[in-house]
Amino acid sequence: MLEFKLPSLGADMDEGKLLEWRVKPGEAVKRGQVVAVVDTSKAAVDVEIWQEGTIFEQLVAIGATVPVGTVLATLLEPGEDAETAARHAATPKPTPESPVQAVAVSAPPAPSPPPPGQRKAVSPAARARARELDIDVDAIDGTGPHGAITLDDVVRTSAQRVAAAVPADRATEMRKAIGAAMSRSKREIPHYYLAETIPMARAAAWLASANEQRPITARLLMGVLQLKAVAQALAQVPELNGFWRDNAFQAAEGVHIGVAIAMRRGGLIAPALHDVATKSLDQLMRELTDLVTRARAGSLRSSEMSDPTITVTNLGEQGTESVFGVIYPPQVALVGFGRMDTRPWIENGLPCAVPLVTASLAADHRASDGHSGARFLIELRERLQHPEEL
Amino acid sequence: MTSMTYRDAMRAAIHAALESDPRVFLMGEDVGRYGGTYAVSKGLLEEFGPQRVRDTPLSELGFVGAGIGAALGGMRPIVEVMTVNFSLLALDQIVNTAALYHHMSGGQFSVPLVIRMATGAGRQLAAQHSHSFENWYAHIPGIKVLAPATVQDARDMLAPALADPDPVIIFEHVQLYNTEGEVSAEAHGDICTAAVRRSGSAVSLITYGGSLPKVLAAADRLARDGIEAEVIDLRVLRPLDTATIVASVRKCRRAVIIDEGWRTGSLAAEIMARIVEEAFYDLDAPLARVCSAEVPIPYARHLEAAALPQPEGIVAAARAVLGR
Repeated sequence: MLEFKLPSLGADMDEGKLLEWRVKPGEAVKRGQVVAVVDTSKAAVDVEIWQEGTIFEQLVAIGATVPVGTVLATLLEPGEDAETAARHAATPKPTPESPVQAVAVSAPPAPSPPPPGQRKAVSPAARARARELDIDVDAIDGTGPHGAITLDDVVRTSAQRVAAAVPADRATEMRKAIGAAMSRSKREIPHYYLAETIPMARAAAWLASANEQRPITARLLMGVLQLKAVAQALAQVPELNGFWRDNAFQAAEGVHIGVAIAMRRGGLIAPALHDVATKSLDQLMRELTDLVTRARAGSLRSSEMSDPTITVTNLGEQGTESVFGVIYPPQVALVGFGRMDTRPWIENGLPCAVPLVTASLAADHRASDGHSGARFLIELRERLQHPEEL
Repeated sequence: MTSMTYRDAMRAAIHAALESDPRVFLMGEDVGRYGGTYAVSKGLLEEFGPQRVRDTPLSELGFVGAGIGAALGGMRPIVEVMTVNFSLLALDQIVNTAALYHHMSGGQFSVPLVIRMATGAGRQLAAQHSHSFENWYAHIPGIKVLAPATVQDARDMLAPALADPDPVIIFEHVQLYNTEGEVSAEAHGDICTAAVRRSGSAVSLITYGGSLPKVLAAADRLARDGIEAEVIDLRVLRPLDTATIVASVRKCRRAVIIDEGWRTGSLAAEIMARIVEEAFYDLDAPLARVCSAEVPIPYARHLEAAALPQPEGIVAAARAVLGR
């Protein structure tokens, strides 16, 4: 018997509200499959599973808010059957952070059972759909003949639950979450800051000519070059790419850059662009576009929320000259790009006008020192002088 | 498209069959000189002669048996039985002989016989001329049972029935003979499937034969109140086209079956059973049916009307399963 627990989808997430099951008991699941939709304070996230097996029992009701680590469902391992699983289930389950209690507190109030000997009238179609949607038919009122519960009643109830499950004031919730994560960051992480002005003439010229070959929809943005350059530079300075956990730095295997995305109604979210170091610029451009679209539409995947190994914030054309960020725990670094504009610059002893961008690094002094940070920014600058190698 | 009555359409179908196949002949009580009890065969004797349009004695057992013999001998007889009530005299020939010969002979003989009979009430012909026994025949393996309910089907179902190597019974509801309808030049008369006569999604109204116009009238009334009913015309009562029934019920999730037969042991009961077997989990309300009152069909006009399914009762039943 395997347990599928509510994963942490970021440092600012302590609990999640189950909005939807995407699988049914008896359904086989594969690694990476989306099995549930969970609302964090920031967004409704498609939660993936990283175990293989068959869904056995769903333990949390739609609409319930439960802490991170709560067992949402049990799975039969390959080869296991319901009988052995039932025996297994008879033994007490480990209960991280006492989820049972949490469920009892947050789940919709238990309805009173129907009077003995009187079964509530529920149409077969309604009963079948209620089972799919994990809705307790005893808790809803019927509008069918003689007060029977019909399919429409179940569907309506489900829609109401989902609507109710989404916080009415997402902006307030998000500010609270950002506040909690950033306070923790400033409280726990000893930040140090470095900045470097990077000439962008070569990168801009290369980008202009590269885009001449591309249709408008496939054109690259400078931001993608910067992301790729960050990923390449991190290969030289791995102590900036990873997590601070249990008083130790854990280097990450791949470079999954959390891309800070401003939400239209305020607040921000920084989901992962996976394996940036090994992907082509065109692929990164496509994935970035998709990520931004989905972040704003509220359909991110759980791995995108939990995987970032470093964050990049790019203020772009509307921004200021430079930005010094606050690290998103448990990450250990944040790279900021300011606005690119043409300013005076000395090259070969002569003043000239060159497009410049100020790159900054905020890093965790527990995991690295200013020397490493400086190496990273110099490496980043050099990478951006050779855009054709990105 | 031309407009004609159900009676004319049936006559056109018989005419075409007599014209196109010398093996076809029509026989029955009063089909010749009188022109048929319901005037279906009017003029055919004059045109085709007494060899091919034959008046018979008042002996259903005898002339249905003669029809079976002719069919076995290579002819393609159309036997008219004046009403289904009288066909009970010929039950032995139909059930024990026509339906069984293919089986009893180990497949050596087929009985390509078509029996037409009038059925149903509504014309004040009293109990012995007004009953509906379609379900009795639909119970019997070895025969096909058709119930053309539209003018188009009245014209188009006879030819495939004659082409069928086994006995086919065609039920003509007495209230349909005067109905008028459009008929297209080309035939589309399969004898396998039910037809969706009106599309809807709120409730399936399943019926056949003489009840179809009443059900369509009920569906019109329901539509005025915003309830879009789907109307299924079974057309073929044996073998039933379960797939069309179930598809409609899956869509509407509610069904009312309208059957002029008495409810006990009715075709309506069989259809309900099939729905429950195949679409139970799609149902959103108990199934309902509108059948004739379990009395001999009365002679008095108001009592006869009260005993039969009527649009008001169909509307009420549909509203009841919808809960509104």
